[in-house]
Amino acid sequence: MSDALHPAVAGAQPSQRAEKNPEAPLFEGDYRDRFERVLSRYPNKQAALLPVLNMAQEIRGWLSPQTIARVAELLELTPAYVRSVASFYTMFSTRPVGKHVIQVCTGIGCDLCGAQAVVDKLLEATGTRIGEVSKDGKYTVVEVECLGACGFPTVVQVNDRVFENVKAEDVEGLLAELD
Amino acid sequence: MAYPYADPRETRLLSKHFGEKDAIGIDGWIERGGYRALKKALGSMSPDEVTGVVKESGLRGRGGAGFPAGLKWSFMPKDDRPRYLVCNADESEPGTFKDREIMRWTPHQLLEGCIIAGYAIQAEHCYVYIRGEFVDIVRILNGAVGEAYERGYLGRDILGSGFDLELTVHLGAGAYIAGEETGLLNSLEGRRAEPRIKPPFPAQRGAFNMPTTVNNVETLASVAHIVMNGADWYRQWGTEKSPGTKLFSCCGHLQRPGNYEVSLDFNLRDLVYELCGGPPEGRALLAVIPGGSSVPIMKADEIDCDVSYEGIEAAGSMLGSGGLIAMDESTCMVRAVRKMVEFYAHESCGQCTNCREGTAWLAKILQRIERGAGREEDIPLLLDISANMAGRTICPLSDSAAVPVVSSIQKFEHEYLAHIRDGTCTAVR
Ligand SMILES: Cc1cc2nc3c(=O)[nH]c(=O)nc-3n(C[C@H](O)[C@H](O)[C@H](O)COP(=O)(O)O)c2cc1C
Ligand code: SF4
Repeated sequence: MSDALHPAVAGAQPSQRAEKNPEAPLFEGDYRDRFERVLSRYPNKQAALLPVLNMAQEIRGWLSPQTIARVAELLELTPAYVRSVASFYTMFSTRPVGKHVIQVCTGIGCDLCGAQAVVDKLLEATGTRIGEVSKDGKYTVVEVECLGACGFPTVVQVNDRVFENVKAEDVEGLLAELD
Repeated sequence: MAYPYADPRETRLLSKHFGEKDAIGIDGWIERGGYRALKKALGSMSPDEVTGVVKESGLRGRGGAGFPAGLKWSFMPKDDRPRYLVCNADESEPGTFKDREIMRWTPHQLLEGCIIAGYAIQAEHCYVYIRGEFVDIVRILNGAVGEAYERGYLGRDILGSGFDLELTVHLGAGAYIAGEETGLLNSLEGRRAEPRIKPPFPAQRGAFNMPTTVNNVETLASVAHIVMNGADWYRQWGTEKSPGTKLFSCCGHLQRPGNYEVSLDFNLRDLVYELCGGPPEGRALLAVIPGGSSVPIMKADEIDCDVSYEGIEAAGSMLGSGGLIAMDESTCMVRAVRKMVEFYAHESCGQCTNCREGTAWLAKILQRIERGAGREEDIPLLLDISANMAGRTICPLSDSAAVPVVSSIQKFEHEYLAHIRDGTCTAVR
């Protein structure tokens, strides 16, 4: 992985959330290398915070207090500061999430074209309420603001995959495709 | 494959190669004339000459505010501090999805623009701040950046000109307010994306306290064309005050939603009815929001104007980001406004009381009106809260949140009253 990764894009790898280990070592091996490449692109360590949190989340699945403390240590920041930044952004999970995080766009473009029905169907099919982890640990369904693909409603993003033009009747098929 | 709905009435400058898979990679892009403008700029023009031609072209910022790009560049101080170029690829204004398509189909078009702009302002580093949700687009952009480095279009001594430029792709993490340029700069520095008080403007103190220019993706993508072909060429399209072409992302109740690029003197009504095919069969158009959810709602009979900045303004709205949202008669206007306001309530960074509290109250009141539990006094109350939100905060998000409320009450008050008085909705289902 990291051999091909140019430092210019080392911090910009869409994080893949499936199959993560909350105990995995942070920033060792290839990830250490990626971490160094990210740092090399900014005039100070703090600026690497978002990319480094993104990487930490990719490795561990979510940002636990321990993970946040480790990131803080590496970047010479305080854990409280890192937490305050992480909690500002919706893509950072400070709670455990399902293997598949299903984000449904309910912004105005998708809402006009039936996003609510897609959300309802997803909740029914996964047996969850918004933001919950399903009993089998597989799914978390969340409503998100405009995903910037309004011409192709409804837009559903699952981890690092995007599905466009999703209708309520497509939900079963979409879930089947995830496994 | 023709791009979803290409139309001969479009002027496809930026979108000419949308839909062509072969245009994505660097070889395909060079075959289509890519990087010739860069060679021209670095080989035969001084940085000031590049700024000059962009100034003369009249190109205005496509991120929403419409500020002249060349003029913005000319504000950059010429001292020996490091200078930065930041490309705003955070695209998250509801209804807007044009920058995504530029990067998806023509990532090198953007990179070439970034390098030329970087040269004009003599930047040492360009950060492309792209919203983290754009996972598939990020991969395409990353690939293009790698290619550009490999070919020597980025890095040291670009094309033997002596000009050095590094470029880094920086992922956002989900925050609309990171699209506001100073919120973006804070986010880039590893902070919460809270907008800064201006002045100082980014040109004086921007990223890492250094002189910085922030430009939108579409603005930067236009630059190579202007440098290659000249200001007069660019001015053959559009109007005196709004030269050139613009991408409109069209969504909502339309037969052919998608991106259309038109000359800025194109007729808005034609865009909606001809290019986008109007509302679905058997339904009448109710309203149009021409420039993203932050601009005033127009009634269906108000859209016979040209799409220039001044044309849409004269018709009572704003060009904004060019994110056009069409609503047909099946729309519950109260619900639509409630959705937009909830967006702003969610995305308010919370620094300013009027915005933080105002957006929450607007949402609460709209929710109760929609449920049929509203009171007649709620309408003046909504207007009163809105008035207190405009022009009093660090950034214009607060103003934006009030816009759909005020404009919908002005134009669709009967829809509110139907909910309040009769517990009914005027939407045709
Ligand atoms: C709340 C808010 C959100 C914004 N979001 C974006 C955005 O997503 N993309 C963008 O290019 N500009 C956005 N802007 C405008 C930027 O602040 C800035 O004006 C723009 O990036 C400048 O580039 P331009 O001159 O090339 O348009 C936003 C502004 C505000 C107030
Ligand atoms: S207006 Fe709203 S979003 Fe803008 S700085 Fe103030 S609180 Fe934050």
